[in-house]
Amino acid sequence: MPANQAALPTDILEQRSHRDARHERLFRWLLKGCALIVLAALLGAAGATLWGGREAFSTFGWHFLVSSAWDPGNDVYGALVPVYGTIATSFIALLIAVPVSFGIAVYLSEVAPTWLRTPVASAIELLAGIPSIIYGMWGLFVFAPFFANHIKPWLTNNLGNKPDDGKLSWVAEHVPFVGKLFGSDYPFGASILVAGIVLAIMIIPFISSVMREVFQTVPTRLKESAYALGSSTWEVSWDIVLPYTRSAVIGGIFLGLGRALGETMAVTFVLGNAMQLSASLLDPGTSIASTIANQFSEASGLQKSSLMALAFLLFVVTFIVLLIARLMLRQLARKEGR
Amino acid sequence: MSSPYLRRRITNALAMVLSTLATLVGLAFLAWILWETLRQGISALDLKLFTKITAYGEDGGLANAMVGSLIINFIGIAIATPIGVLAGTWLAEYADRTKLGESIRFLNDILLSAPSIVMGLFVYTIIVLPTTVLTHGSTTFSGFAGGVALALIALPVIVRTTDEMLRLVPSTLREAALSLGVPQWKLTLQILIRAARSGIITGVLLALARISGETAPLLFTAFGNNYMAINPIEKMSSLPQIIYQYANDPGDSMHALAWAGAFVVTMFVLLLSLGSRLILSRTKVSHD
Repeated sequence: MPANQAALPTDILEQRSHRDARHERLFRWLLKGCALIVLAALLGAAGATLWGGREAFSTFGWHFLVSSAWDPGNDVYGALVPVYGTIATSFIALLIAVPVSFGIAVYLSEVAPTWLRTPVASAIELLAGIPSIIYGMWGLFVFAPFFANHIKPWLTNNLGNKPDDGKLSWVAEHVPFVGKLFGSDYPFGASILVAGIVLAIMIIPFISSVMREVFQTVPTRLKESAYALGSSTWEVSWDIVLPYTRSAVIGGIFLGLGRALGETMAVTFVLGNAMQLSASLLDPGTSIASTIANQFSEASGLQKSSLMALAFLLFVVTFIVLLIARLMLRQLARKEGR
Repeated sequence: MSSPYLRRRITNALAMVLSTLATLVGLAFLAWILWETLRQGISALDLKLFTKITAYGEDGGLANAMVGSLIINFIGIAIATPIGVLAGTWLAEYADRTKLGESIRFLNDILLSAPSIVMGLFVYTIIVLPTTVLTHGSTTFSGFAGGVALALIALPVIVRTTDEMLRLVPSTLREAALSLGVPQWKLTLQILIRAARSGIITGVLLALARISGETAPLLFTAFGNNYMAINPIEKMSSLPQIIYQYANDPGDSMHALAWAGAFVVTMFVLLLSLGSRLILSRTKVSHD
């Protein structure tokens, strides 16, 4: 509109465009600053725990990683017991959660009648929304006693090397290691195995929902071709769907592992919090997160620093696991052209 | 029937049964956990939960923990929402397909599942320790520090949903506004964020649901307080922290209080996630 433009002197126009450019620059910097806070949170968490743990690292050096000592009386600390507990519980959790999640994902994407899929999937996802402390309470008051009364006696008597009646079962006598894994004279339920089971229940919804989502990305064409050649539902799931989504499925599993490694509350309640290294899965133990939760507020000096060092180890390990998870998940997204 | 065919059919039948069984097991545990929380929680419900504070022990209630939870969650959301929305906007509108943008989006996904207890220790180091030193020990743990720890956990949730929701906004809207000469910052604030509003609100509600059950990051930040605390620079208790404390107590009446707290938290979280899902499904319908 030439009439309008003539009414505006050029310097006003120029001022306006300068102002807009200034606002635009400010706005960009503001947004970028906010986005960088995400970066700062990750770097800060790593830096703060490393800084807090510097005394422990410099006092014990590499020995910190392999020492099973945790003795506030003599001020000697090592990470081995909590690290073992974290790895053992997470490994048991994966051992249970991966096949179950795969079953759920296959059921929801291939087996179930269509009308049933969404409600069942939402119900399973509801499990993911329950706060971890509720899992912990349920584990402590409901599951651990149930386990101690009904499952543990069977395990110790039929598989373990410390049965109630003193007579070793065939399995404990003839199969190596199994007897040690299930031998325990600890009377309560809280143990590495129970913590692993509770963790498994916690991560099943995460893994199964990732698996279900990626299973749905498999082109119908591929599945129908296999069905047309006479494949059964199981063969389509195992030989077509799974290979197509392999990297994302592994990503989902690592995502669950990342959750399991860093979980505090669900584990702390059912692990028994014993600073001991036992071969038996039925004995109590401890994990990195639950050691920190239990001891940090009363710790000082070298003990506090050791707890910070533990937190640093936990953070680095989960970071690597989650990094692998996200990279694997991205591979499928790439293939999808997203 | 030939034997390989029979074997394939048996394998298939077995796999189908096992996968159905896996789903039933998952649902059974969900039902078991919810049922116990409802049963034990409802039987422990009492008016004194809402009127008395935890200082009275087994004769007391959870009033200070509930107020503390509300305040700490509010601080967490109040910090995380503006930062998260702006950061998500940057990822979707300004840094899409740039190297820095992609890396931050990627790292945000990692922060989403980072161990919350480490976030607690981080905030302990940057807020609790400095305030202790600066005030010579008169202010140590605080509700504010707890709020910051929760904000760090809510942040990635809000960033991610904002980012995703903005990317769903049709680009014709951007083009229309830009062709009218609207500056990009105005377009972003007044048009795009408004268009994605319900999705962003869903993200905030999901973040609230996520942080209201968090316990680990509060143990070394807000710490706990048996008396009513309103001022965020004081130590503050929260429902999850009281649940943790009472569940570890040997007394049965303390356990009942812990179950009541667990019931309140679970109901709150489930209602929030159901509500946010409802908003999301409604917006999806209106977009189609």
